[in-house]
Amino acid sequence: MLLAQAAHHQVTQAGFTAPHLDYHALAPEIVLSVVLAAVLLADLVLDESKKWVIPSIASFGLLATFIPIITLALYGDDVRSMVGGAYVVDNFALVLKALFIGVGYVVLLMSSTYVEEGDYYEGEYYFLLLASIMGMIVMASSRDLITIFVALETLSIPAYILAGWRKRDLKSNEASLKYYLLGVLASAVMLYGMSLIYGYTGTTILADIGTQLQGSAAHNPLVTFAIMFVIVGFAFKVSAVPFHSWAPDTYEGAPTPVTAFLSVASKTGGFVAIFQLVFIGFLGRDDVWMPLFGVLAVLTMTVGNLVALRQTNVVRLLAYSSIAQAGYILVPLAVAGTSPDAAHSALTASIVYLLVYAGMNLGAFSIVLAVARKTRSGEISSFGGLFEYAPGLAVLMTIFLFSLAGIPPLAGAWAKIFVFRAVLDAGTPWAIALGVVAAVNSVIALFYYANIARQMWMSPVPDGDRTPIRVPTPLVTALGITVVVVVVVGIYPQLFGHLGDLASLTR
Amino acid sequence: MLLTAAIFLPVIGAAVIGVIPRAQEKALKAAALLIALATTAIGVVITLGFDFGHTGRLQFTANQRWIEVINSRYHIGIDGISLPLLLLSMVITVLCVIYSWDHFPEPHNPKAFLILMLLLETGMNGTFAAQDLILFFVFFELVLLPMYFMIGVWGGPNRQYAAIKFFLFTLFGSALMILGFLALYFKGGKTFDIQELMVTGPLLGRSTQILIFGGLFMGFAIKVPMFPFHTWLPDAHTEAPTVGSVILAAVLLKLGVYGFIRIAIPILPEAAKAWAPWIGGLAVIGIIYGALGCLAQKDMKRLIAFSSVAHMGFVMLGVATLTSFGINAAVFGMVAHGLITGMLFFIAGSIQERFGTREIARLGGLLTQAPHLGWLLGFCAFASLGLPGLAGFWGEFPAILAAYQPAPGLNVGLFRAYMVVAAIGTVFAAGYLLWMLQRVAFGTATAEFEHSHIHDVHGPEWLAWTPLLIGILVFGLFPHLIFNVTDSAVNVIASGVGGVAQAAAVVAHP
Repeated sequence: MLLAQAAHHQVTQAGFTAPHLDYHALAPEIVLSVVLAAVLLADLVLDESKKWVIPSIASFGLLATFIPIITLALYGDDVRSMVGGAYVVDNFALVLKALFIGVGYVVLLMSSTYVEEGDYYEGEYYFLLLASIMGMIVMASSRDLITIFVALETLSIPAYILAGWRKRDLKSNEASLKYYLLGVLASAVMLYGMSLIYGYTGTTILADIGTQLQGSAAHNPLVTFAIMFVIVGFAFKVSAVPFHSWAPDTYEGAPTPVTAFLSVASKTGGFVAIFQLVFIGFLGRDDVWMPLFGVLAVLTMTVGNLVALRQTNVVRLLAYSSIAQAGYILVPLAVAGTSPDAAHSALTASIVYLLVYAGMNLGAFSIVLAVARKTRSGEISSFGGLFEYAPGLAVLMTIFLFSLAGIPPLAGAWAKIFVFRAVLDAGTPWAIALGVVAAVNSVIALFYYANIARQMWMSPVPDGDRTPIRVPTPLVTALGITVVVVVVVGIYPQLFGHLGDLASLTR
Repeated sequence: MLLTAAIFLPVIGAAVIGVIPRAQEKALKAAALLIALATTAIGVVITLGFDFGHTGRLQFTANQRWIEVINSRYHIGIDGISLPLLLLSMVITVLCVIYSWDHFPEPHNPKAFLILMLLLETGMNGTFAAQDLILFFVFFELVLLPMYFMIGVWGGPNRQYAAIKFFLFTLFGSALMILGFLALYFKGGKTFDIQELMVTGPLLGRSTQILIFGGLFMGFAIKVPMFPFHTWLPDAHTEAPTVGSVILAAVLLKLGVYGFIRIAIPILPEAAKAWAPWIGGLAVIGIIYGALGCLAQKDMKRLIAFSSVAHMGFVMLGVATLTSFGINAAVFGMVAHGLITGMLFFIAGSIQERFGTREIARLGGLLTQAPHLGWLLGFCAFASLGLPGLAGFWGEFPAILAAYQPAPGLNVGLFRAYMVVAAIGTVFAAGYLLWMLQRVAFGTATAEFEHSHIHDVHGPEWLAWTPLLIGILVFGLFPHLIFNVTDSAVNVIASGVGGVAQAAAVVAHP
């Protein structure tokens, strides 16, 4: 029967008519494509001395991409569905596209001085960065297995190359290779799962898969395995334990702005795919993915935090911290299938967490970049006495760190409170136990975040060199944007809470 | 509006201080003092406008939209329980600014120090005014960071350990507390409003209540701190700079007890009854343990810290009786402990500054070298041990008495046993305080300091201390100044657990 269904599908596809395209809905992607082309051309024709124009084109281009997102949010239909439901622009997509572009913009600001001063290719760097962002904003609208896969590869492949950008550095080479090999492995696992799902349901559209996997007929071991394969594939992407082994080495070896990009944007891309798959496609099979996410969440939080305790390199520490943070984002998913209400607050919690996490993590990486300009070191001890010679940077870093730790009234606290709320909304004993594990983990995490704060405020300057740090303007802008997000959302959390609430997925 | 100003003026002040250059120390100090005084002035205006005829009713309320997604509102207001504590927090901040005028601890940096102090004040004032659980949580946590840095940067030799220990302990408690708050939200009709939860909370099933109370208990008991969660306190106090110790002892410890009285007991009365014997038991263990701990201390500040554990034991015993009599005693005890222990830490700080040590064995003959300071130490020691006529008495004695007749449903025999233990505790208290006084103030100076010139209490110290000394004396002589304010507010709390009628009986036949 299944084969017949699939065959039928093929036949209807044969008589091809051009799908109706909503150009307003596609405007962000179109604008970004134009910018991509412009960056590539500019790199081709510009003289070496004029390469500084490229980051400007890229950043103005990203800002231009923002305009259609705003007009889409303000005018017209709430849901714009294309190609038989494979490509959907709804509030969920808009919120996340805005997040990706915002993150991309901050990463551009972080990169410009770094790439200019280092001995790197400039034009290609921005091209690849924008290409990866392109994959992400496509991902936010993908409601179809194939589109998801294409978006995932579009966002990943440039990232593999960017990770190896410091090409004369062995660590960077290792970072790139490791990331590439494990990424491809993850893609393969995921594709296998997707092919099984297609084989069973005869469709690649998530909404149709969702209908078919509803009810008892879908309790088929084949489907169970397929869902597990797909989720495990994305677990690699979001570096959930035990599929995280690539992350610390890749993060340490990659250029720091790229690390920031990977740990925020690329991870968010993975999560967006998971949300769409789980909340639209696999909703009927919560018996498979709830326990799976539960185990992944507990392992990811606990292992991430415990290993982070032992780090002496600040980038590695932030790598493990970002693994642990992914654990908190996974927690709501582990209870999302309990009831429609629980599903709603789970999705809200995860999205709010992603929004807040982007702000605070990019902020922390910006400080690492700024401090490394002077100390040329990634050791935590190089932060010693920072408060004495760079009080501004020390205060900002303190804000980012304690936001990551979840101390109110900073944004990170609300992200955690939303996660706890989702857990208690589900209300099952298993959910509450998960909440307690998350709560205990957030206390463990404080220890290593506070350790950096301790170095900055309470330790002497390691080499006695108190010359102030000159922070380049783009980096100052990046710090400004991120700290405003962390503090304003901390005082008025309604801002992101509302966005998260709004961003319910269209089924 | 006034209350909002009283909460946020300090943080605005902190921002103002933030833009004054670091080098202009005079301006920094003057600005901080001005802001602290202005905040206290608002407190005075609030007190004058406070309707003392209805202290059980929330006054100076504000109720604005805040986080609609989770139905949390900016709801503040004060009643007779909040008012004395709010004033205490304001006054202590002013006195701390005055005291630190010319002795900022190393590494100096008055700018950062004063900013932290004002941030602390916002957190403290806000906690005492919050009527929404999430708002309460934010203010409750807001005090953590400034205190962490105050201890960690300006503290003694072992400061980094003490600071992180303080932080981790408290955060562990509050992580469980926020889970409790969220559970209340879902079980109690999707609201975080304390007043609304006081209606819906008591309707919850007994086992649910007990579980949620457990979460809240961890948050509040660690902050108090109750035995066995007290171990962060001696370290924090010993290492903190003088002003940090004073704020910690005088106000921060009260946040935990206040949480029990404001949130845990009225919202979860059934659970409060189930937990009360345990709380009472831990409280009396705290009394005895703290006292024995004191006897073993060599460091003055550490001794006072352990005495805090004992005193908070009396306060928690009063709370555990769940009677209006006991809770009144607890609120009085908090104010009294704030004044007296704050004073003791000031004196310990001044002794440290003069002698360069707080080790009791190396001190002696303070009365001969600095008679005023010696007498003040004596005065505070007597106040602390609960001498009738001074404030300490009215915190301790009624708390012990309240245990004679706890709220209905509690085991009378058990609480009477607690009463006896607590009474023995007062004897210990007299023992360790007088012994300390004897070793530090009496006799002659040790050979080490025999010929050093020790200057007596000076200007800023008198300025900072006089209000506290007056408070200790006035509230000791006229306890009704506080009891009258707290009583009907406490009745509202205690009526939920049926502890009101009992209290009247005890007062009539003590």
